Amino acid sequence: MPTSSAATPSLDKVFTAEVRQHTDPIVARYETKRASILEVLRFLMEKHGYVTLAMEEATARYLEISPMDVREVVTFYTLFYTKPLAKTRFNVCRTLACSLLGAPKIIRYLEKKLNIKPGQMTPDGAFALNTVECLGACEMAPMMQVNDCEFAGHLTEEKIDALLAKVQKRS
Amino acid sequence: MEKLISKYFVPGKTFWMEECLQDGGYAAAKSVFEKLDAAGTIEEVKKSNLRGLGGAGFPTGMKWSFVPQNTGKPVYLVVNADEGEPGTFKDRYVIAHCPHLLLEGIIIAAYANNVHKAFIYIRGEYVEPYKILKKAMEEAYAKGFLGSKVFGRDFALELVLHRGAGAYICGEETGLLESLEGKKGFPRLKPPFPAVVGLFGCPTVINNVETLAYLPFIFQRGAEWFAKLGSEKNGGMRLFSVSGHVKKPGVYELPLGIPLREIIYTHAGGIRGDRKLKAVVPGGLSAAIFTADEIDVDMDFDQLRAKQTMAGSAGVMVFDETTDMVEALLVTMRFYAHESCGQCSPCREGTGWVDRILTRIGMGGGLERDVDNLLDICSFMGGTTICALADGAAMPLRSYLQKFRSEFEAYIRDKKRVGGEDLETHGGSAVKRGEGASATL
Repeated sequence: MPTSSAATPSLDKVFTAEVRQHTDPIVARYETKRASILEVLRFLMEKHGYVTLAMEEATARYLEISPMDVREVVTFYTLFYTKPLAKTRFNVCRTLACSLLGAPKIIRYLEKKLNIKPGQMTPDGAFALNTVECLGACEMAPMMQVNDCEFAGHLTEEKIDALLAKVQKRS
Repeated sequence: MEKLISKYFVPGKTFWMEECLQDGGYAAAKSVFEKLDAAGTIEEVKKSNLRGLGGAGFPTGMKWSFVPQNTGKPVYLVVNADEGEPGTFKDRYVIAHCPHLLLEGIIIAAYANNVHKAFIYIRGEYVEPYKILKKAMEEAYAKGFLGSKVFGRDFALELVLHRGAGAYICGEETGLLESLEGKKGFPRLKPPFPAVVGLFGCPTVINNVETLAYLPFIFQRGAEWFAKLGSEKNGGMRLFSVSGHVKKPGVYELPLGIPLREIIYTHAGGIRGDRKLKAVVPGGLSAAIFTADEIDVDMDFDQLRAKQTMAGSAGVMVFDETTDMVEALLVTMRFYAHESCGQCSPCREGTGWVDRILTRIGMGGGLERDVDNLLDICSFMGGTTICALADGAAMPLRSYLQKFRSEFEAYIRDKKRVGGEDLETHGGSAVKRGEGASATL
């Protein structure tokens, strides 16, 4: 069991009464507290944008597992982020069907337009570009996922220009 | 050809509860509760020759019959909606367009196996489908089709929707169980099989989305009818995900045993620009590749196995004559290197080595011994690991090297570089997990 002099305060700071209104029912759905971790972390991610070490420790106490158990999960899965995210994130698929249908060109074009390489964020935090493996949308190749949400497919340079213009207008 | 599931694949539309009921939704499940007992339900599924459509093609009825019912432990049902095999996107369509078909199938499977708690494990990237499924589940609960008294009977079924978080290995059934239990998705050694020791140490049935979605049809029209739609021992129809250099990529519902040539040229419209076909991946990325003159083959589990490949997830990826096979293999093997969980040395090291060797070849640094070295790596990546990811990596690798060897030799001999500046590589090192979505490091 993890122990520390700041045990309870860090738990309550992350798992406030308001948060627990959402997470307690999630935990209750599973046979063990540990099993709820993917959904609990996802909740924290969607609330804060990313998971800090303090949140990991608080989650460990909340679920009564070790901090290492949480660390293993956070680092194993690609959808758990440990750094602040850009406002608009492009995850471009680089697996087979997309590669056959021009993904490399799309990635190069985005690199040029955003002036960053895959794995990077623009200095103002507005955009991030990542390459990811198959998203299960090969019929619309080449494609990408925007902000871990919508799929944008049949990508062309024109479509990317339009998407970037839309994002600029919103901001 | 009659459409069963794909009848509901109307672009932009979801068949919600009201329309679904008007169409006869949940009637098959209700009739199962009325007319059959659990054992009888399993017998019907055996007769239908329904095979696991996630990729393994194991006879579904037989798998159900392995579940021990007298252990004193609860039996769980887990729905594999992780859909990670590259080239496959049909489960996404089922969930997005006809979620109630899936839910009805889940209810039938639960009844057959005495299951009162089920989990749907959906890949974390399927955000819109997740929202649709969540709403469909709420509708089903509201109607009393899920909950403490299914169809008003003394049968409880609780259903939990659970999102994955980005890991291909969690589509492997025991990797999925580990992930569902809140751990890294490290597959388990089999035996024991999940039917006996599965989720939380209890007997567990794990089925793919599409497999479950066909159950209502089996009980609506009969097991024999379903069996006859397909080929010998491969009953029914299945959803083929067709992508690549075809004119009409998409999901095509066709009988088990349909000729591959017909899928490509009759249904998917043939090759874009009417170019020549060069190669086809018949069953998801892990299937050995076919050359253009090998496509007169019938697409069912047994016949493709006889041709040293697999029907797998029915992810059909079509390459035309403009395809650089070295590039295609590089992209393929980079995927496995990235997705290997790292537990077993032959997989972790083997996929890493293959990735680095192919990257070096692709950058013009190929050596004469490379192709034989790669084939040698194949030999220790098969049958030596806890799960089949390594086997799945070795199959395409071996088939590309055997069937397109001359392209690799040309790269090595002529110091050719892949795609000019176009192919995005990552220097061949195994990609670090966790810091944002994959990316190049």
